[in-house]
Parts: sequence; structure tokens; C-alpha cells
Amino acid sequence: MKKTLMMSAACIFGATMASAQTVGFSQIGSESGWRAAETTLTRQQAEERGIDLRFSDAQQRQENQIAAIRTFVAQGVDAILLAPVVATGWDSVLEEASQADIPVVLLDRQVDAPDDLYLTAVGSDLVHEGEVAGEWLVNEVGDSECRVVELQGTTGSSPAIDRAQGFRNAIEGAENIEIVRSQTGDFTRTGGKEVMESFLQAESGNEICALYAHNDDMALGAIQAINEAGMNPGEDILIVSIDAVPDIFQAMAAGDANATVELTPNMAGPAFDALEAYWADGTEPEKFIQTESQLYTQDDDPQAEYEARKDLGY
Amino acid sequence: MKRAFLRVLPQLLTLAALIALVTLFFPQFLSVDYQAGRLSGPVIDVLKRGAPVALLAVGMTLVIATRGIDLSVGTVMAITGAVAAWTISAGWGVGAAIILALAAGIACGVWNGCLVAIFGIQPIVATLILMTSGRGIAQLITEGRILTFTDPAFAWLGSGTLLGIPVPTILWIVAAIATVVLMRRTALGLLVEAIGINRAASALAGVNASVLLIAVYMASGLCAALAGIIATADIRGADANNAGLWLELDAILAVVIGGNSLLGGRFSVAASVLGAMIIQTIDTGILLAGFPSEYNLVIKAALVLVILVLQSPNLADHWHFVRENVRRRREPEPSPDVKS
Repeated sequence: MKKTLMMSAACIFGATMASAQTVGFSQIGSESGWRAAETTLTRQQAEERGIDLRFSDAQQRQENQIAAIRTFVAQGVDAILLAPVVATGWDSVLEEASQADIPVVLLDRQVDAPDDLYLTAVGSDLVHEGEVAGEWLVNEVGDSECRVVELQGTTGSSPAIDRAQGFRNAIEGAENIEIVRSQTGDFTRTGGKEVMESFLQAESGNEICALYAHNDDMALGAIQAINEAGMNPGEDILIVSIDAVPDIFQAMAAGDANATVELTPNMAGPAFDALEAYWADGTEPEKFIQTESQLYTQDDDPQAEYEARKDLGY
Repeated sequence: MKRAFLRVLPQLLTLAALIALVTLFFPQFLSVDYQAGRLSGPVIDVLKRGAPVALLAVGMTLVIATRGIDLSVGTVMAITGAVAAWTISAGWGVGAAIILALAAGIACGVWNGCLVAIFGIQPIVATLILMTSGRGIAQLITEGRILTFTDPAFAWLGSGTLLGIPVPTILWIVAAIATVVLMRRTALGLLVEAIGINRAASALAGVNASVLLIAVYMASGLCAALAGIIATADIRGADANNAGLWLELDAILAVVIGGNSLLGGRFSVAASVLGAMIIQTIDTGILLAGFPSEYNLVIKAALVLVILVLQSPNLADHWHFVRENVRRRREPEPSPDVKS
């Protein structure tokens, strides 16, 4: 009797073992709220799908990430998620994973390595984000004249270059929209506020119709500057930004901001989708899976969006 | 009084030349409006935005006068800002937030001061420890996110006005004047200079150098705490990653533009805060002139280079000669108490 019980217990245990896949996740660190939210969402997604997630925080160091991947390979995990801290220097460790037949999915950032060394990369198209923001403004202002000021990201960084390019692509055909001032706010609230103050001084007398900020934090700083100058952000000056962090939804609920384009921290969802298809019948996904750049406006119940995001670790 | 004026004359001339230069590119630079109970205009922005660097420069001047340097002030801003925002979101009120933030700044100063004065670690290394580890401490307090609050009384410290003047402006001017009075109306300034010139000799002469050194780093921490409070109150949130980032370098630059020697000794707080205003005029001027952002740092570097070359000791002899000529023309009989 006892023996049968033990046998059946072993059977059940063995069955669950077989269905639960193990995935190793080498995360860069927790340098920004967005990164923390990505970690939280990856854990959530893994739990929902019954995947056993092994998490490793590299604290911004590539050697920690390489060590983590070697450990995952030694443990014989079923797949590896990698958010690479830098683009170069991955060839040999990816080769090791590939020889062990462990698929690697890159999250958020790309690497400079032959693309047969990894299964796929999940990420957002930064140019497309700028285009979504620009298209919103084109539709919003219609035919009326619109003088736009732009708060750029850190000079020379790829988000700053690509988001500026995308916005320009979108407004290219609209003769009535013109970017009159453009300056870097270094992606920070202080930077956004200080630069917006100077925009308001420099353009005093000329109407500014809209602000395009390369991230939400600069927009939040600029909103304060506009308020302190005695104007009404969201009405006197339209405000569109990118990232969709929780605080911008609060500003939208208060009517201070108009629109934001989401850089989703849920990179793991599409990654697990691709992995599950691969495990099931060996389907090879595309080499780049682009996440959706969804637009949120004041009509999308910003308060509810804020509540949904505030505990993700932003 | 006259000697004090002559001491800051190069800085005043530099500032005037810079303002003239910025006005060329942005003609309304000197216009000031009064609307809705507050002064507004580019000059007011300079006086307000320059507050953190000016406050840091006040503390940094004293530290540099003792032949030290405090690299941790930018990080201390992040720590004190985090402490203040945390206190407010915990519901302890504005008073507690200010007191705890100032206490945190002083504690950081005591840490630096003890490493320098008691353990004898080189100041640049001693303060580098807090500079690198401090952001981690600030992130632990804010749990890695931007800790926001809506307390209007605390926000007033960063973006409010008193009699139309921005509060940060009042804070840095009061802090600078208080420091000057404390240093020059008592023997304290002389003792600080004595340590900077020769610590061993001043200790032999009866100056308690260790205590004074720790006090100087505490003053620097206190100034950084004030700057951190202003930066945090300004954006109504504590950003542990970015608050005060690299401002220690601007503060050192302000002290140097103020004509103070990094080798310690004689110092002028007034010249240092003028240095801070010179830096801020450059920053604001670049923003107003509307150049593409790729040029910002190049323009700033070029202007700073010109200013420092004009102030260099090898050129100083020539300036001295010019000044003497002017003085001789104005005062045919030099009074006996004016020494060159």
C-alpha cells in the first residue's frame, strides 16, 4: 500500500517536472524604474505560465551576466532570457549556450553577434515610438498652426536620436507644424523643468502650441515649469511624451498632460510566446519581435492605468 | 571694504562680459517682469537655477581653503533629497523633513571629516568613497524609484517666492552672507586659512586643526543638504539617480573661477558664489541662445577655458600692471594703508 502511494506520488511529481520549463533570466540591474518594472513583469509572466524562472541581477556588469549564463547552461535550463548590458563581447558565451541547445532570447537591447547564436530579440522600435507621438499631434491640431518645442534625451544616446527622427518623420507632411526649439533635458525631471523655463523665456510673446518630450520624466518637469509660469499645461500647451510611466498617467488624469506612447516593460510576454511555440514544435520566430508602441490619451482612463502600474516597481 | 571689492573685481568683470555676450545672442536677457506676485526673466532664472551650485560652492570654498576637496557633495544632495522626500511621504511633516535632511547632510560631513582629520586619508580619496557609495544609499531610501510628494509647503522651498524673489535665491544669498560674516567677523576664517597653508604649524600654534577640519566638512555637508532640499522641492520628487549628478565638479569649478587656489590658504566666498553665477549664466545663456544641444558642452568648455586663461597666474602680472596704472591715475597720492 505504502509502496503504491509513493509510486503514484513519484509519478505526479515526475509529470509536473516534465511540464514545468525552467528559464534563466540575466537582468542588467535595477538602474531605472522601467528596468525594475521589466523584472516584476517577467516574474509575473513566468508565474502565470507556470514557468520556473531563475533570476540573476548583474548589477550593470557584463562579467556577471556571462557568469550567470554559464551557470544557467551548467544547470541545463530550457531557455535563457538576456537583457544585455552592452552590445559587444557575447559571441563565445552565446556559442556555449547554442552548443548546449539552449535557446537564448534577447530582451530590450540588441547584441553585435551573428544572429544564429540567439533565437530572437524582443524590443521596441524607438523610431516608431517617435512616429506614434508625432502622428497623434498631427491629428490633434488638424489644420491650425502649431509651434512645437522639443525636449530631447541625452545628446547622442540612441533613444534621443531615434525618437527625434521618428517625430520628424511623422510631421514631415504637415506644413502647419514646426519645431521651433529643441534642446536636451538629459531625460531627467530637473533637466526638463530648467530647459522648459528657458523655452518659455525665449518664446515669450510667441505662442508655444505643443511640447514633445523624449521621455515622461522631462515632460513632468516641464509641466511644473509651465504651471509656475502661470499657464495651463495640457490646454495652453499640448504635451506628448514617451515611456508611459505611472506618474504621467496621474498628470493626464489631472488634465496636465495629453498623450504618452508606451515603451512596454512587458518584453517577457512576447519572449515566452516565442519560446512556447519553439518548445512545442520547433517553430523559429522572426529574428526581431517588435513590441507594440501603444498610445494613451486622456480618454483612456488614466487613473485606472496609474493604479495598474504603480506597483510594478517603476 | 575696498580690498574686498578689488578681490572680486575680476569675477564681476567676467560676469559683466558674459552678460554682454549672452545679450548679443538673446537681446531680452536683462528684461525682468513682475507678474502674479513673482519676478520673472532670464536673470531671475539664473539666480534661481544657480542656487544648488552656489550653495555647494560656499561649502566647497571652506573645504578647499583647508587644502582639501569634497567630491561627495553631489551625492550628499541625492541622499538628503531622498531623506526629505521619504520623511514627507511617511507623513512626518515639513519641519521634520528639513531637520532630518540637514542632519543627514551634517552626518555625511562628519563621516568625510573624520576620514580626513582623524584617519589622515587624502581628502580626494576620502570623499570619493561617499561619492560612489552615496547614490546607493539614496536609492535604498527611495527604493530605486523617483519618490514624489505633493506637499505645497515643502515645494515652496524649491519653486516658491518671497516678496517676488524665488526662495532658492534667498537661501543661497543668506547662506553666503552668513558664512562670510562667520568667517570674517570672527577669527574662524583666519584659522581655516592657517590650516590650509600649514596644518602642522597651525596645530603647533594652538589651533585645534582636527576639530576645525571636521567642522569644515560638516559645513560642506550642510550646504549640500540645503542644495539637496532645493533640488528635491523644485521637482517635487527625489531622483536618486540624477539629483546633483556631477554638480561637485561645477562647484569646484565655481571655486576656481572665484580665484581660490586648490592648494588652500586664502579664500573668498563671495568670489566663489560669483563663480557659480558665471557658470549658471553660461548654462542659461546657451539654452536661451537656441544652439543645437550638441554644442552645449563645447561652448561651455570654451568659455570656461577663456575665463581661466584670463585669470591664470602668468597673466596676472600683466593685469596687475594695468590695475596699478589705473589706480595711480585715479589716486595721485597712494594712501599708506593700501598695500598691493
